[in-house]
Amino acid sequence: MTRPALLTAEGLTKAYPGVVANSDVSFAIAEGEVHALLGENGAGKSTLVKMIYGLVKPDAGAMTLRGAPFAPSKPSAARARGVAMVFQHFSLFEALNVAENVALGMEKPPRMGELAGRIRTVSRDYGLPLDPDRLVGDLSAGERQRVEIIRCLLQDPKLLIMDEPTSVLTPQEVDILFQTLRQLARKGTAILYISHKLEEIRSLCDTATILRRGKVVASCTPRQKSARELAELMVGKVLNAPARSEAPKGAVALEVANLSLRSPGAFGTALKGVSLAVRKGEILGIAGVAGNGQDELLLALSGELRSARDAVRIDGAGMGDRGPNARRRAGLVAAPEERLGHAAAPDMSLTENALLSGAVRQALVRRGFIDWRATRAFAEGIVRDYDVRTPGVGVAARALSGGNLQKFVVGRELSQDPGVVVVNQPTWGVDASAAAAIRQALIDRAAAGAAVVVISQDLDELIEIADRFAALNGGRLSASRPTRGLSVDEIGLMMGGAHGMEAAHLDHA
Amino acid sequence: MITLERRPGPSRFWTAVTPLLAVVLTMVAGGAMFAILGKDPVVAIRTIFWDPLFHPDFAAYSRPQLLVKAAPLILIAIGLSLGFRAGIWNIGAEGQYILGAICGAAVGLGFYPTEAWYVFPLMVLAGGLGGWLWAMIPALLRTRFNSSEILVSLLLVYVAQSILSSMALGALRNPEGGGFPGSRNFASYPSGANPELVAGTGLHWGVAAACIAVIAAFVLLQRHILGFQIRLAGEAPKAARFAGVAPDRLVVLCFGISGTLAGLAGLFEVAGPAGQISIDFGSGYGFTAIIVAFLGRLNPIGILLAGLLMALTYIGGELAQFMLGLPSAAIQAFQGMLLFFLLAVDLLSNYRPRFVGPRRPA
Repeated sequence: MTRPALLTAEGLTKAYPGVVANSDVSFAIAEGEVHALLGENGAGKSTLVKMIYGLVKPDAGAMTLRGAPFAPSKPSAARARGVAMVFQHFSLFEALNVAENVALGMEKPPRMGELAGRIRTVSRDYGLPLDPDRLVGDLSAGERQRVEIIRCLLQDPKLLIMDEPTSVLTPQEVDILFQTLRQLARKGTAILYISHKLEEIRSLCDTATILRRGKVVASCTPRQKSARELAELMVGKVLNAPARSEAPKGAVALEVANLSLRSPGAFGTALKGVSLAVRKGEILGIAGVAGNGQDELLLALSGELRSARDAVRIDGAGMGDRGPNARRRAGLVAAPEERLGHAAAPDMSLTENALLSGAVRQALVRRGFIDWRATRAFAEGIVRDYDVRTPGVGVAARALSGGNLQKFVVGRELSQDPGVVVVNQPTWGVDASAAAAIRQALIDRAAAGAAVVVISQDLDELIEIADRFAALNGGRLSASRPTRGLSVDEIGLMMGGAHGMEAAHLDHA
Repeated sequence: MITLERRPGPSRFWTAVTPLLAVVLTMVAGGAMFAILGKDPVVAIRTIFWDPLFHPDFAAYSRPQLLVKAAPLILIAIGLSLGFRAGIWNIGAEGQYILGAICGAAVGLGFYPTEAWYVFPLMVLAGGLGGWLWAMIPALLRTRFNSSEILVSLLLVYVAQSILSSMALGALRNPEGGGFPGSRNFASYPSGANPELVAGTGLHWGVAAACIAVIAAFVLLQRHILGFQIRLAGEAPKAARFAGVAPDRLVVLCFGISGTLAGLAGLFEVAGPAGQISIDFGSGYGFTAIIVAFLGRLNPIGILLAGLLMALTYIGGELAQFMLGLPSAAIQAFQGMLLFFLLAVDLLSNYRPRFVGPRRPA
């Protein structure tokens, strides 16, 4: 059965100074089809959807929507023709409630009471439990995403574009989302789904268009391919799964005992009685949906937040009341989630950024004076060893792509021969081959005798590299369990299940 | 229509060229203003920028004034620039300048009439210490109670001015001055004076201190970990905490350095060009230095040049008032234009303008 084409693109081309983002891209989406757009970071996925959503004007090529020419000059024009988009990063105001946030995105918002009623109707129809009166600041990431989705659904779209929607969801929340998307598709709405989670695409999508370096390299039915085949189509080369270390584990190198801390931010999560122990050579994976205390845990471990002396021990020595540099001296290195602005200073060069956290362990400062020659050599070593693509170590950090900067940041920490490594979201927004390299580097560092803590929302990643597994939920850390033999459902339950699941069950009853 | 496009990185070329462009634009706009006021713009501009240095009749007097006026501006601006780079706003250098002068002068007058080599060095120490202490008030209030250092340091300027009047009329008044306000003049007390070191140049110890400060700040920012931490704290505060920079320590340190340098500037001024503590000793160097710091892009070499340029417009401005009868408001507007254009063209170092023709109807 062939369904009528909803959107066709013919020869779309868009060049930016120095880079061709899309070159002669052609594809078609049928009505009611769930269409995957696959590709590494920088393959041109975002540029392509921005052209469809009217944010970017193509240099060449044409699109049609339901048979009529389609050339949106701005997003409101695209929305008027029935195209809606849920962005990867939410644009919500935490201090406003759900209905007010939805109203802000509308050209002619109805009265608040009426809008709240419509939000309730849509959320019931699509099994997306959401209370219009709640403050967005109090919502989980999954609930915030529902606000964005409902904002789109209120426009009754013909084509819904979703950019990496599941990166912030628990497995149960992903199930709810997929049910909603399938229900939408049955009603004839086409969905353009961007992701690099291949198993999801295999279970959800009818068709996949694969982009590499701005060109369409393949188009296939994802169910008929294995995840590895899809990944290799994206990357254009054969991928190796990371080799796990089976070395025996050593003494406990990092111990956290009953750590409780208030969050520095107004909408942050306090840590409540967190305890963990990691042995030399071991990788502890900490899962959890964003905003459950991951950032606070990293700050408490890196030394940016202080606690009681014995709440954090490195090689047995109490370090809870010491700052980042004292902990680095004791052997602990950390890589925060936010690459630009936290792990690295955007306008400083890679050399300067190498000094940022490498000064202590690499002895780059003598009597207060910086040894720039040694610092440059250290930065060049990171660039070489971790395959950071950059014209040189003199360029500003913000000029690097996300994946390359992440390789630099993780490489900077791992190059310091650390005894304890703490990373938060090591491969967030990083392309498949760079992610594989980063995971392998973490495994290698553990094999060399470091105790490694990986905080991540990517469950596949944790299952792939972690020896033991724990989950953060509402600032509490679950007891850890060996990763081997854990099922995804068990992990989901450890993470606290889906937020608002009870409401969902009520609606189905 | 003009649209602005963010550059991937700050342009080195434009960062260097924008101050010059601002000066040229100021000359054009200022010249237009002078023309409206009925003066020959070319003559007015020449009187401000050229005559103070090269006019056969006035240059002998005004050329040394260049260093005399530029030295305190540079010394204060160098201190301020460190804090400004780290996002720490000391707006009260004028008060620290006054307190430095009072403390240094008090020590000198205390020794009067003892003639000894150690009097002037002790005055220098006291001057720096006075500025440092006055700067510690906003710094500690900020670190202890998180009060705004901008407001506290600014308001302390007015307290300092009251202390200055009280000193000129009371404790430090010249007992042989016949009841007139003002202290003894250091010009008549060789051990406590800061004289012109080479006749006809304006060179005094404050000029030497300003040069040392420029070099020290340059080395600090380029080579020292503290300078790196200051830059890091200004550019990415979260990254600075990650790098182990304690924000409170930085506040105390930056206020300490800028207060000390402002205090030294005050001491060199009171012991040299001004000669005495008087009611109108505070002449606004502490505020003008803020402009100098930004005009020099918070860069030590830039501040050196900006301080000289600012001193030139002051001297030239006075000359223009005197020679051409330009109102002093016009001179102030001219100096204001300089800052205005500097901030306006500053945009070019981070943004690239693109000229887009009017959209044709499809």
